[in-house]
Amino acid sequence: MIAYIVRRLLQSLLVLMVVGLVAFAMFRFVGDPVESMLGQERTATDVERLREALGLDRSFAVQYWRFLQNAVQGDFGISYRQGRPVAEILLERAPATLELAAVSGALAIGFGILLGILTAIRRDGWGASLVMAASLIGVSLPTFLIGILLIYLFSVELGWLPSFGRGDTVRLGFWTTGFLTESGLKALILPAITLGLYQMTLIMRLVRSEMMEVLRQDYIRFARARGLPERTINFRHALKNTLVPVITVTGLQLGAIIAFAIITETVFQWPGVGLLFINAVQFVDIPVMGAYLMLVAVMFVAINLAVDLLYVAIDPRLRTK
Amino acid sequence: MSLLSIEDLSVAYPTRRGTVQAVEDAWLTVAPGQIHGLVGESGAGKSTVGAAIMGLIDPPGGITGGTIRLRNRAIGGLDRAAMRGLRGSKISMIFQDPLTALNPLLTVGQQIVETMRFHLDLPEDEAARRAKALLTRVGIDDPDTRFDQYPHQFSGGMRQRVVIALALCSDPDVIIADEPTTALDVSIQAQILDLIRELARERQVGVILITHDMGVIAEVTDAVTVMYRGRVVETGPTDRVLRAPEHPYTRALIAAVPRPDVKMRRFPLIAYGGGLPQVDVAELSGGWTAPATEGPLLRVEGLTKRFVQKASLLPSRRQYFTAVDNVSFDIAAGEVFGLVGESGSGKSTVARMIAALYPLDAGRVTFDGQAVGRDAPGPVLNAYRRQIQMIFQDPFSSLNPRMRVDAIVAEPLHHLSDMNGTEIRRRVDALLEGVGLGRAAGRRYPHEFSGGQRQRISIARALATRPRFLICDEPTSALDVSVQAQILNILKDLQENLNLTMLFISHDLPVVRQMCDRVGVLRAGRLVEVAETEALFEAPEHPYTRELLRLMPRFTGPAAS
Repeated sequence: MIAYIVRRLLQSLLVLMVVGLVAFAMFRFVGDPVESMLGQERTATDVERLREALGLDRSFAVQYWRFLQNAVQGDFGISYRQGRPVAEILLERAPATLELAAVSGALAIGFGILLGILTAIRRDGWGASLVMAASLIGVSLPTFLIGILLIYLFSVELGWLPSFGRGDTVRLGFWTTGFLTESGLKALILPAITLGLYQMTLIMRLVRSEMMEVLRQDYIRFARARGLPERTINFRHALKNTLVPVITVTGLQLGAIIAFAIITETVFQWPGVGLLFINAVQFVDIPVMGAYLMLVAVMFVAINLAVDLLYVAIDPRLRTK
Repeated sequence: MSLLSIEDLSVAYPTRRGTVQAVEDAWLTVAPGQIHGLVGESGAGKSTVGAAIMGLIDPPGGITGGTIRLRNRAIGGLDRAAMRGLRGSKISMIFQDPLTALNPLLTVGQQIVETMRFHLDLPEDEAARRAKALLTRVGIDDPDTRFDQYPHQFSGGMRQRVVIALALCSDPDVIIADEPTTALDVSIQAQILDLIRELARERQVGVILITHDMGVIAEVTDAVTVMYRGRVVETGPTDRVLRAPEHPYTRALIAAVPRPDVKMRRFPLIAYGGGLPQVDVAELSGGWTAPATEGPLLRVEGLTKRFVQKASLLPSRRQYFTAVDNVSFDIAAGEVFGLVGESGSGKSTVARMIAALYPLDAGRVTFDGQAVGRDAPGPVLNAYRRQIQMIFQDPFSSLNPRMRVDAIVAEPLHHLSDMNGTEIRRRVDALLEGVGLGRAAGRRYPHEFSGGQRQRISIARALATRPRFLICDEPTSALDVSVQAQILNILKDLQENLNLTMLFISHDLPVVRQMCDRVGVLRAGRLVEVAETEALFEAPEHPYTRELLRLMPRFTGPAAS
C-alpha cells in the first residue's frame, strides 16, 4: 500500500519534470527573449549583459536544471511584459480561477451524480426524459455561446446578475476571495454555471449509464431477492459500484475545468489565470506561459494522484493485490 | 402438507412481435424439507417459474394467470411492498454464478448483517454473532476473519457457501436455487449439493432446485418436474421419473445425457418437437481427407508455461504462477485425445500453446515431424496454422457480432489460402450447407442464431482451411444436452470420415468417455495420468483420477434404454 503511494508519487514527479522540460524549451525556441525585452534602442553590451543576467550563456542542461530549481522555489522569472516576478502575478490571479473552478466543479459533481442516479432509477419517467433532453443542450452548445446566452438573459434582459468581473473582493492574507461579499457571490453565479455545465452533463450521462449497467448485475438481483429495500439497493449497493469508473472521468474533467477556464474567463472578463494566459500569448510573454503550463500540470497530476488513491479507498480488490 | 404450491401459473412477456408465453399452466408443490427439481433445456421457462415465485419478473413481463400459495396463503398477486416483505424473509434465492452474486465492494459480513437486520430486526452485534455462526454452519473455517473479508478473497466454492448463508440468514421457508452448481467444478459441486441437502433436512426448508443437469437431479432431488417450452410435461418422485419416464420428451431428454458407464458409437438425439438439420460430411470436405502420416501427428514435450503473478523490475523479485508444468504427450493421426481436469488445471493453456497463441516458456511442439510453436519461422508457422483450427467454448463470444456469417467463415480462407473471391464464396456456401444451416444463413448475423447453430458456424469456420488437426476447447459445455448431442455427433462424423485428429478438452467426464480414444488427466498444470479411455474409466491408476471418477454424477438413464 505504501509502496503503491510512493510509486505513484515518483511517477507524478517524472511527469512534472517532463512538462518542465517542455515549458523550459519554449524559452529557447519561441523567439529570443533578449530581442523582445530590449526593444529597438540597444547596444551589443546591453545584449551581452542581459544574456549573462538571464543565464542564457550557459549550456542547455545547466539552464534546465536552474529552471527546475527555481520553479521548485516558486521562482518563474520575470514577466517580459509587466516586468514583475511571474510568481507574484500568478499568486494575484490564481484565487479568482481556483474559486471559480471549485464552485463549478462542485456544481458539476453534485448535480451530475444526483441527476445521473435519478435518471437511471426512473428510466421511463417524464422527468428523466426531460433531463436527458436538456442535457443534450449542455453537451452540444459551445461554452462561449452558453456564456453569452446567460449574459443576455440574466444581465441584459432581466438585469439580475452582473455580466463581467468578480464584484467586490475581500483580502485574506495573500488570498482575495469573492465568497464573502454579496456582489462577489452574484458575480460568481453565471461564470460558474457556464464553466460547469458541460462537465455536469457529461458526469450525469456517465453516472446514468454506469448505474444502469450496475443495476443489471447479479448482485443487485440477489440483493432484491433478499428483499432489501430499494433505497439500500440503489444507494448502498449500486452507487458505490458506479463510482469507480465515474471517478476516473470526473478527475480528468476537474483538471479540464481549471485548464480550460480560459474561454469562460474571456467571456466574463474574469480576472483569473486564464485571462492572464491569453494576454501572455498575445504579447509572447514566455515566462508567464511557462509558469501557467507548470501550474496546469501540477493541478492535473495532483488530481490524478487523488483519483488513484480514491480507487484504493473504494475498491477492496485493489488493496489486497 | 405442502409448503409451496403453484397452480396453472402463466407468465407472458409482451414484445413488439406479439406476446411471448414464457410459462403456460405450470404447476408444482413442495413440502418442507423436500428438494424439488425443476429440469428442462434453455428456454423451457424453469428460471421464469423461479422468478415468478420471487416476484422478480422483469417488466414488461408479468404473471397472467394462476396462483402461487405459500403455506396456503396466495402470494401471486401481492403488491410490491407486500412481496418485498416475503422476499428474503420467507422465500430466498441462490444464484448460479457465485462470482457475480455478491457485491464486490462490501464485506461478506456487511452483506449478511444488513440482510439479517432488515428482516429480523436484530441489533448489530447480535446479527454479527448469528452471521458468524451461520458461516461456520455452511462450512467456512475461521468465521471471525472471513466475516471481514471481501468476496474476491474467497474461492468459487466458498463464495457459493456464502451465498447459501445469505439465503438462509433470514430463516426462510422456501429456497429457490437456480443452477446453484453449474459454474463449479465437480468436486465442489458435490460438496455444495450435499450442503443444500443437509440444510434442507435440518431446517425443514423446501427447496426448488432449477437445473439443466440430469446428474444433479438424480443425485439430490426427492421429486422432479420436467418442463418443455413453458409447459410442465411430467412430474413425480425422482426415482420413478428417471427410471420409467412417461412423457416422450422426458424419455428423449434422459436418452441424450452422455453415459458415463459405457461407450456408445453415437449420441442418441432428441427427436421430440421437430426434426434436426442433417450434416453432410461430403459437402463439408469437398472430397478431401487428411493424409495419413507415419508416427504421431502431434508431439508435445516438456511443455511449461509460467505467468507473472507479481511484476517487479528486478527479475529476482518477480513471482510466477506455473500454469503448465512439464507436460508431454503424443497424438497419433486420426486419434481423438482428451484432456480433462478441473478449472485452473491448465487445460486451455495447453491448447493455446499448441495453437501457437501463447509462446512456450520451455518444451517443444512437433507437428508432422516439424518443430512448431510461437517462435517458429513465419512460413512454417503459417503452414502450421492452416492445418490446425480451434473451436471455442462460448458460441456467443467467439463469433464477431458485427460480421456477417459468410464473412466469418471466409476469414481464415482470406488469410491462409490462395483462393480467389469466387472460389471462397463457393467454399463458404458448401460449408454452410454442410453443417446444416443452408447458404442463406451466410447473409445473417451471429445474434440471429441459437447457441447450437452458432457452434455449427464455428465448426464451418474451423473446417474452412481443411485442417488436419482440430482443437476443441469445451465445445459443448455452454449448450443444452440435446444440442450437445448434435454437435458431438457432427464432430464424431467429421473425425471418422475426414481422418481428422483432435485434441478434445472438457471437464465433463461422460462426454470425454464418449468422444475420446485416449485421455490425459491434468491437475494443477501436471499431467498425472495418460491412458486409453476405457482403461482410464474402468481401472484408473492415479488417486486423483479415481477421485474425479468417484465424484462424477452417476446418471445412467432408465434401465430399459
